[in-house]
Amino acid sequence: MVLKAPMTESNLCYLDHNATTPLLPQAEAAVRESLAAFGNPSSVHATGRRARAMVEDARERLGSAVGASAAEIIFTSGGTEANDLALRGFAAAQGCKSLIVAGIEHASVLAAAAGATVIPCDARGAIDLSALEEALKSLPRPALIALMLANNETGVLQPIDAAIALARTYGAYIHCDAVQAFGKMPIDFSSLVVDSMSLSAHKMGGLKGIGALLVRRGCEVSPELVGGGQERRRRAGTENVTGIVSFGTAAGEVPRLLADTPRIRALRDQLESSLRRIAPQVNIYGETAARLPNTSCVALANVTSETQVMRLDLAGVAVSAGSACSSGKIAPSHVLLAMGIPPAEAKSAIRVSLGWTTKEADIARFIDAWQPLTLNAAA
Amino acid sequence: MNAKSRIVVAMSGGVDSSVTAALLHSQGYDVVGLTMQLYDHGAATTKSKSCCAGQDIYDARRVADRVGIPHYVVDYETNFKAEVMDRFADSYIRGETPVPCVLCNQTAKFRDLLKAAKDLGADALATGHYVQRIAGPRGAELHRAVDPDRDQSYFLFATTQAQLDFVRFPLGGLTKPEARALGVKFGLHVAEKPDSQDICFVPNGRYADVIQKLRPDAAVGGDIVHLDGRVLGRHAGVINYTVGQRRGLGVGGEAEPLYVVHVDPENARVTVGPKEALLRNAFEIHSVNWLGEGRGPSEDGTPLQVKLRNTQPPMAATVFGELDGKARVVLAEAEAAVTPGQACVFYDGERVFGGGWIARDTLAVVPHNLRRGATAIAV
Repeated sequence: MVLKAPMTESNLCYLDHNATTPLLPQAEAAVRESLAAFGNPSSVHATGRRARAMVEDARERLGSAVGASAAEIIFTSGGTEANDLALRGFAAAQGCKSLIVAGIEHASVLAAAAGATVIPCDARGAIDLSALEEALKSLPRPALIALMLANNETGVLQPIDAAIALARTYGAYIHCDAVQAFGKMPIDFSSLVVDSMSLSAHKMGGLKGIGALLVRRGCEVSPELVGGGQERRRRAGTENVTGIVSFGTAAGEVPRLLADTPRIRALRDQLESSLRRIAPQVNIYGETAARLPNTSCVALANVTSETQVMRLDLAGVAVSAGSACSSGKIAPSHVLLAMGIPPAEAKSAIRVSLGWTTKEADIARFIDAWQPLTLNAAA
Repeated sequence: MNAKSRIVVAMSGGVDSSVTAALLHSQGYDVVGLTMQLYDHGAATTKSKSCCAGQDIYDARRVADRVGIPHYVVDYETNFKAEVMDRFADSYIRGETPVPCVLCNQTAKFRDLLKAAKDLGADALATGHYVQRIAGPRGAELHRAVDPDRDQSYFLFATTQAQLDFVRFPLGGLTKPEARALGVKFGLHVAEKPDSQDICFVPNGRYADVIQKLRPDAAVGGDIVHLDGRVLGRHAGVINYTVGQRRGLGVGGEAEPLYVVHVDPENARVTVGPKEALLRNAFEIHSVNWLGEGRGPSEDGTPLQVKLRNTQPPMAATVFGELDGKARVVLAEAEAAVTPGQACVFYDGERVFGGGWIARDTLAVVPHNLRRGATAIAV
């Protein structure tokens, strides 16, 4: 028996770009080219040097895309490892005495920051700055704050500048998870004075399995992975050359991705106004807040996220809901719960996220597939 | 149903439901696999919370990949806890011996999963049960499986006519070796997977540990009393005893073997006696589900066969219908260990006529010729 997909990927209406987005053609071409250069970047010989040059070229490209110097970039296996390295390795090296995280952070931040003080957010999905200040006042110093740039489920932008100002006032360090924001809004590590920042390649057109932690010059990181001296002794292990090449190339495409955001925003807004027209009762989370241009988190009361995601998938439309655990079981989103959304309502929310491959026809197809669900809502 | 009909298959990750999915797919149906997440495997028995069921869900997903069908995990943990696990514990605490698999079929499978199947636009819900659904003149009939060793009709007596009309049991005409052979033919990695244990959320049969965790205050010690009035010893809680139980009583030195003949939770008393004291030939049942002709068992007595536990062959009995879903069952021959909390399932030859739950404190010894109005003699 042959493994067969029920529908070819090209037939799919893919609206889950915040989970992962397809490899950019430029990155794909660069990856194919790099496969011939199989060397180990740590090797002294010419084969090794060629691989090393590719890694360093990619590092510089990434650096110029985010406004970081090459020395400030530590390649990791992805966003999760980058967050882990910040909350453990950075916090340890800088002697942080307390951890403060937003309740809406990604699971990799929340899990790595065990025992941290958790800051609530308001109904629009942005962190409560007065609660942050209270925590900074009362906790042992220096503290390390983790605050994401844009939330992965609602797309809501966080008041990072105000948080940075508070961090400076109270002598705290600040780590920023920019995984979901990179490629969807301008980022400049040099002017956004956070101390560290997480990035991931596959959210912006690179391969899976590669990410980076940016660490401000002058700050130390204790390695979590030890052994070789790679990444300036901050992350041991032979470099993922192919992944790094894809990351650098995709980073080089950031200006083009950003130029595409007005188009994506228009499609997202069109999608939301269609939903409102079909079902005026829908809740769109963070609707009035500053948001990423591509993300829409929508609840249709009385129809579970589970049912919506399954029904849409069977119709060839890919969206997601909450945070899927490895079993595939859908739990209500911790982000929506942190926003004070009642669990019953949070259980009826889905996330629709657009990307560089999204076309107007995809929005129409989504609406066609979603509309029948409103009959379930009425039943 | 035609070949284009959509059928949802309840996939547990075991060989039977896996073969069911592969078989229906090979017959051309539009098959969708659903796996129920019912409980947290770690939390059921230990203190640690381990998200994700692990092996069984993994197996179901791999089978779905192999067959080439969509597969989803649906989360019924909350309902399963309240309607199956808590009721299981409470039943033991009341001095009964429950059959949680029937409750699970009644709630999770044939109510919640059936609704999910309808939400997905399915025309039927199929399971891997060994039982036959045969179209009759007045709707679908439930019949014993062809393989008497595998027949699972005992656990399905509470299936309502409306549910029966929607469900399918493709394996009811097969033997287990035939089903395994199909698993091999379809290339399923679970073809030789061992049969699951009796109660999925009770690992290693240590049900008292599960009750202790669900109801920490349940264990109240009390006396073990002989029918003749002598106190023979102490016990650590009635939940550890089942009517008919012989082993593990901890009362030695008696001339004849002793059995649990009565469990009295109000007085935390376990009564033991000789085997003859277990014999009963009449008892009350409640929550009767009727799948036979007419509206229920006749007030004047309907001659049927009954099974009082899954592993025994049906025996002759007369069932007298009463009000409020109750009935009185008079056995042709007295039977040892009529156990409160177990199901009394009705058969008319191979056809299942429904059944009910054996009630507490209605166990009576009555002369064979006395049909109605017998007084319960509570021991």
